Amino acid sequence: MIQAKDINFYYGDFQALRNISMEIAAHTVTAFIGPSGCGKSTFLRLFNRMNDLIDNTRLTGECLVEGENIYRKSVQVDELRKKVGMVFQKPNPFPKSIFENVAYGLRVNGIRDKKYIARQVEESLKAAALWEEVKDKLKKSAFELSGGQQQRLCIARALAISPSILLMDEPASALDPISTSKIEELIHSLKKDYTIVIVTHNMQQAARVSDKTGFFMLGELIEYDDTKNIFLKPEKEQTQNYITGRFG
Amino acid sequence: MNKKTEQKIAFAIFRLLGLLVAGVLFWILGFIIYNGISVISWDFLTAAPAEGMTAGGIFPAIAGTLCLVAGSVTLAFPIGVMSAVYMNEYAGGSWVVRFIRVMTNNLGSIPSIVFGLFGMTLFVNTLGFGDSILAGSCTLGLLVLPLIIRTTEESLKAIPSSFRTGSLALGASKLQTIRKVVLPMAFPNIVTGLILSIGRVSGETAPILFTVAAYFLPKLPDSLFSQVMALPYHLYVIATSGTDIEASRPIAYGTALVLIAIVLSMNLLAATLRKLK
Repeated sequence: MIQAKDINFYYGDFQALRNISMEIAAHTVTAFIGPSGCGKSTFLRLFNRMNDLIDNTRLTGECLVEGENIYRKSVQVDELRKKVGMVFQKPNPFPKSIFENVAYGLRVNGIRDKKYIARQVEESLKAAALWEEVKDKLKKSAFELSGGQQQRLCIARALAISPSILLMDEPASALDPISTSKIEELIHSLKKDYTIVIVTHNMQQAARVSDKTGFFMLGELIEYDDTKNIFLKPEKEQTQNYITGRFG
Repeated sequence: MNKKTEQKIAFAIFRLLGLLVAGVLFWILGFIIYNGISVISWDFLTAAPAEGMTAGGIFPAIAGTLCLVAGSVTLAFPIGVMSAVYMNEYAGGSWVVRFIRVMTNNLGSIPSIVFGLFGMTLFVNTLGFGDSILAGSCTLGLLVLPLIIRTTEESLKAIPSSFRTGSLALGASKLQTIRKVVLPMAFPNIVTGLILSIGRVSGETAPILFTVAAYFLPKLPDSLFSQVMALPYHLYVIATSGTDIEASRPIAYGTALVLIAIVLSMNLLAATLRKLK
């Protein structure tokens, strides 16, 4: 589903990613772990070209999504972002109603069909396990929801435009434990329809939700394997040290 | 002297100086209200000046000021907001933006009489608008442009970038993001800037001196090319060069009171809006 080949990425003179190659299969959950500043979020944001928003960056190597090099000139970034949805660290719903938040992605992509929009909003909210809590107050402002609900709203918002890949950048780090476990359950249930890549600081979380785990350090991908191997018998000493909490 | 007493004395002085500033404002206000309130009446607000401006009202000047406010803001608001959007949302930190920003600030520090002379040269003479609402509005519009750009830029900067990235990540274009997310969120603060500009424009005298203001014209304008009276200029006229300065003194205070009331209420409205948001 996603193939990265020999990725090097620079912020100005600083090299943030070094020679990273990785393949991510469809309908799996892949977790990126590693100490702060290791490049895991930068690597994640390559897949929907969010790094484009930062000035003075440079990329070498290839990044393929569904077989297509997404950094080719002919690629339409907004089309790519429809295919590769993203959920951010802090819930960032728009100051609009709950309904309009979910409908936003459809509307900006030119969809006018009211029935389709209404159906899509409902299904996305159901998929994000939020429908039961908000179905009677869709017209209310999204800011009235709790932090955990807001984050599930942001997931619903991303799902509404039917992406095939969902990128999650520490989606639960700003949430309380109960909301976090809801998000984790949700990731589990979304796996059958989406390919999910999640960056997390929380190693238990990586162990709970992911099929595969990549461990990053200082811009390098140290080890990438099935999650149970990474946590039970890592091959590299650095991985071992990190997951046992000896540093980081 | 120990530290505590030292501090007490220092803060007492600071407070005194702070209060002094407020005191000056209240002194001016009190002075004008005291002298001007007696002439304020419904007639004063709705009648034209009479008997060599020693009697009657100031309605044509109020109407003229309203025309100029409407005209200048209509011109400057869209230009200012769009420039600010360009600078803050599109152009990043390039040298073009730094150049525009520095020039905008410079424009804002040009004395208003220079705007008046420039407006006379360009709008009145070269473009042939004559002494008119159009020429006056263009001149006032230029004067207030930096204020609108700055307040709009500030309000755009106050929007966290997470809202922009959130929108872009959903496949929205930059323009869609600005139209549907950024501008609606910045709107209350942009309106605050607009109101501040209205206050600024209604009080300016120098820019309208050579471009629109009439000494005495007791009728309402019939087109963009009409001259009008305006409150600040009317005040200047009856205080310095009326037919009978002593006799028109109360009217001058009344005019000043109306002008200050307009400007202050605009500022208060802006402050309230900022708090509401």
